[in-house]
Amino acid sequence: MAQIIIPTPLRKYTEEQAVFTTDQPTVELAINELVNKFPALKTQVIDNSGKLRSFIKVFIGEEDIRGLGGEQATIGDKDVVSLIPAIAGGVSVSLN
Amino acid sequence: MKKLILEEKAFNIIAEHGSTDFPNECCGFLFGKDKEGKRTITEANPVVNAKQGDQRRRFEIAPNDYIKAEMYALQNDLQLLGVYHSHPQHPAIPSEHDLKVALPFFSYVIISVIDGIVDHIRSWQLNDEGTFEEETVQRNIFSLN
Repeated sequence: MAQIIIPTPLRKYTEEQAVFTTDQPTVELAINELVNKFPALKTQVIDNSGKLRSFIKVFIGEEDIRGLGGEQATIGDKDVVSLIPAIAGGVSVSLN
Repeated sequence: MKKLILEEKAFNIIAEHGSTDFPNECCGFLFGKDKEGKRTITEANPVVNAKQGDQRRRFEIAPNDYIKAEMYALQNDLQLLGVYHSHPQHPAIPSEHDLKVALPFFSYVIISVIDGIVDHIRSWQLNDEGTFEEETVQRNIFSLN
């Protein structure tokens, strides 16, 4: 079965579960299965239009699903799917 | 106020990284244990600032570095507890850019680097209202290996 790695900051919505296993054939179906099992996670990952939130990236292995067909990307038995939150920031004003 | 215990070897890595990358912002991950609210950072792992553009004022961590950090934590029985970054020539106070994509649970450690030297260090966590709350940083100097 494929594995979905839950990012640490979102594990409070998955009863501290770090890895979710699934035999769904696509990213979309796998994530739907995940958020159906853990409904509190849904709003953290999916926006009001039913799409992945813009600040969450999904990778299969080391590849962004945007280059693999998006949410319709297929996943195999040994794939590791990662939900990746944006990590960014910086100082607020110009240095000059 | 919450407390973050920062082992000295982790602090030294963060401080050296901030000085080395000055005048650019540096960034990295923080690992350790959080047991019943007692949070101890035992390791700091530097990563490349992947921000395209002016790295003196912005940082970004590449997705593949994030994946490696989560896997590292899982494989080493650690918790990924947060992120550090530097504010060159600025105080260690989170900006609106830091807040925009901040996550719950994570500690956001910021070091102020002035003229290449670490001036001070502070840490922040997102609260339930979606704003940053400071947590006390206690450096544990007895953890040197």
